[in-house]
Amino acid sequence: MRGSSPRMTDEYRNVGPYMTTMRPQDILLPAAAGLCCKPGGFHIDPVRPVERAVITHGHSDHARAGHGAVLATQETLDMMRLRYGENFAGSTQAIRYGEEIRLGDVCVKFHPAGHVLGSAQIAVTCKETCIVASGDYKDALDPTCAPFELVPCDVFITEATFGLPVFRHGDAAEEVKKLLASVALFPERAHLVGAYSLGKAQRVIALLRQAGYDAPIYLHGAMETITHYYQSRGIELGELRLVKGMKKAALAGTITLAPPSATSDLWTRRFPDPVTAFASGWMRVRARARQRGVELPLVISDHADWDGLTATIGATGAGEIWVTHGQEDALVHWCRSKGLKAQPLDLVGYGDEEESETPIQGEAEA
Amino acid sequence: MNRFAELLDRLTYEPGRNNKLRLITGYFREVGDPDRGYALAALTGALSFKHAKPALIRDLIASRTDEVLFGLSYDYVGDLSETVALMWPKAALAAHNNPPPPTLTEVVTTLRTLGKTELPKQLERWLDELDETGRWALLKLVTGALRIGISARLAKTAAAALGDKDPHEVELIWPGLIPPYLDLFAWLEGRADKPVNRDPAPFRPVMLAHAIEDSDFAALDPADYIAEWKWDGIRVQAVAGRDERGHITARLYSRTGEDITGSFPDLVPSLHLPGAIDGELLILREGRVQSFNVLQQRLNRKVVSPKLIKEFPIHLRAYDLLGDDENDLRELPFAERRERLESFIKKLSDPRIDLSPTVPFASWEALTAARANPASAGAGEDAEAVEGVMLKRRDAPYLPGRPKGQWWKWKRDPHIIDAVLMYAQRGHGKRSSYYSDYTFGVWTAGGGGDELVPVGKAYFGFTDEELLQIDRFVRRNTTEKFGPVRHVVHEGDKGLVLEVAFEGLQRSPRHKSGVAMRFPRISRLRWDKPPREADRLETLERMLKEEAAEIEV
Repeated sequence: MRGSSPRMTDEYRNVGPYMTTMRPQDILLPAAAGLCCKPGGFHIDPVRPVERAVITHGHSDHARAGHGAVLATQETLDMMRLRYGENFAGSTQAIRYGEEIRLGDVCVKFHPAGHVLGSAQIAVTCKETCIVASGDYKDALDPTCAPFELVPCDVFITEATFGLPVFRHGDAAEEVKKLLASVALFPERAHLVGAYSLGKAQRVIALLRQAGYDAPIYLHGAMETITHYYQSRGIELGELRLVKGMKKAALAGTITLAPPSATSDLWTRRFPDPVTAFASGWMRVRARARQRGVELPLVISDHADWDGLTATIGATGAGEIWVTHGQEDALVHWCRSKGLKAQPLDLVGYGDEEESETPIQGEAEA
Repeated sequence: MNRFAELLDRLTYEPGRNNKLRLITGYFREVGDPDRGYALAALTGALSFKHAKPALIRDLIASRTDEVLFGLSYDYVGDLSETVALMWPKAALAAHNNPPPPTLTEVVTTLRTLGKTELPKQLERWLDELDETGRWALLKLVTGALRIGISARLAKTAAAALGDKDPHEVELIWPGLIPPYLDLFAWLEGRADKPVNRDPAPFRPVMLAHAIEDSDFAALDPADYIAEWKWDGIRVQAVAGRDERGHITARLYSRTGEDITGSFPDLVPSLHLPGAIDGELLILREGRVQSFNVLQQRLNRKVVSPKLIKEFPIHLRAYDLLGDDENDLRELPFAERRERLESFIKKLSDPRIDLSPTVPFASWEALTAARANPASAGAGEDAEAVEGVMLKRRDAPYLPGRPKGQWWKWKRDPHIIDAVLMYAQRGHGKRSSYYSDYTFGVWTAGGGGDELVPVGKAYFGFTDEELLQIDRFVRRNTTEKFGPVRHVVHEGDKGLVLEVAFEGLQRSPRHKSGVAMRFPRISRLRWDKPPREADRLETLERMLKEEAAEIEV
């Protein structure tokens, strides 16, 4: 990391001596660029270029290019490099889960978030106060990343992507069984599974392997790099092939993973009478699935569902909850009904990665 | 119940007819009696029990969840049954002590006998026992709002496929069958003889016509044919028969064999003689046939109010007789059946049922003239409701399906306009990678000169090759994208002109242009025509006046 920002820390020191206890908002505060830690001189998952960024995970709405210095797990840094090229930041520093680093007047510690490979919750401690910025997380089992770790804290910052009680994701293994049953019922058709290319796709492949499916699994070209990266980190995904160059008839009875945007485009014409599946927590709601023209919705999510969110919030022991992107209203209401102090954090620029995934260059040919 | 729910769930997403069939047939094969029979009954709308009101479902969820959270969830999901199914909290029961989820049979048979006051408790128990999909299906079933895009005909076809039978055979015996259809499945699986239809008023598979082409006439002799008007109503079969005790049972069937008697109770008393009439359902006001637009007000109504019956008086115009008392007439030549029909209608002597007149003609030229001007060829004041002529061979027996060369339909030329492609939307299912739904517009004077105003939407009529061409055009000429919709360039000298054919026009306050088309389709692509030469809204307004088809009720 580069040297700390002197102006900011000086400012803080000028105020510090007069304060007896730290208020949480003196440690972390929402700003235009993202969640700002003044005493530490950094932003968490900034949406605009900043001098020093601490990044929770590699999805493009959280990990952006152009920062001065970036602190993240090795996997997150690698993914940023794969997406943005070598010069995505002025400088980088890798941090391991459980490792603690002092930045300015705060201590920063990374813990697994269970969201995707390399994803982390960031615990920021200043004096006696500990705030956990959990980024995106899920408490469900995922063979492709380290399991979510519960971090006791004073203030818990939670996402609310699926912050409504209608979202209960169930067992992802059962959803994969649904996919395999469909493949058995329609052996002459191809099955196209829309899945976000970072994390979701690899999880679906791993789940298929766990269910005993050992035929080659096909990939859209846009998934190749990141999937190979997962394999290089020791994640077993079995035999994978690219769709490109395959004969139409040879794709009957096969399963192909593709970015969601590709499953309804020109690209699908190379498949024999494709069944369009989509792996996402949104598939819980019929209107969402129908809107996308999905024939086989698979409720498989990278995010905690309602039960996961509420259980996690309770278990952290935090007395104050800050709710970021998603369905904040319902989750804030729930926290307050349980006697917790809660408020929405109006951060802009984060969304559901599946919805915001940008089309891939040369998609039709990929 | 969970397995049936899984089937419904899959069916709601599957757009392809053949794939739907396979899903249903697969279910029938996998699931035993009597569950599959009740499933068939649910899919064909043959289940009868008192439906639960939405208010009851709301009360149930209110007792289990936070009101604010329910409100936010309902807003998000938009469907009551689905919201409740998804957010229903499991009862705090010991996990090892849970009763198994109910079977479909259990649900259906319980609902039949359950008292109104016992329903809430029973529903609550079931909701606790079922999974998300099971709860959704249960709530759809008990509220009577299955709506999964499956016709009764499709479900019967899927059942027929189980035993490699012709769906017509199932249709023939269907009216005599009752859920859970043990005898039907036994026959389909080759374990028993075909069930006998003991229904006094059974449906008979209908005979359909081919569309005639100009080139067909050369091979046809006018003397072999009888011509009738083709009425713009709905094809029905009106059947009356005596049960064991000698009482008359009357039923009205759609052309696919669906029992639609319930929608037209006002016609039942008129069917007081045993027989089977093939005819057209129309609305008559003061002896005049009303347009299809008017008839439409009476279709797909759940409740048929006395007001509706009074304002939309139903009428049957008969053109064939398939059965006369105990006698099956279907083997007789059409000319002979026609004579039997004439005396049958005379004997019936009912103001709600009349005979569809024949159109006398000696040559194809004469018939062409009659078709072009039905008013002066005998249709008189009802000419508006004539959509062409029917040609039936004098010697044709009544054959199910669409036999070659027996019956021909010769529709009036459709209306045609040239419109400009404005927006394109992705299709569904097989067409999901194509821009196959087109919104088109015509010119009208606007604030800043002429502008295009959308007048309709069409998604068929073109060939596969033309679809590829339009799709390519759309992709290359998109000006803006909104989700699945693309704005396509539409200026005076840039854009694509579509020749649109349609059957009729009607005034519509819901459309910006003020007009709505009936049955619009793309008839030709006019690559040769610059958009500025496409038609104007005034042309449509003129057609509208000529049509005089406005609904005044």
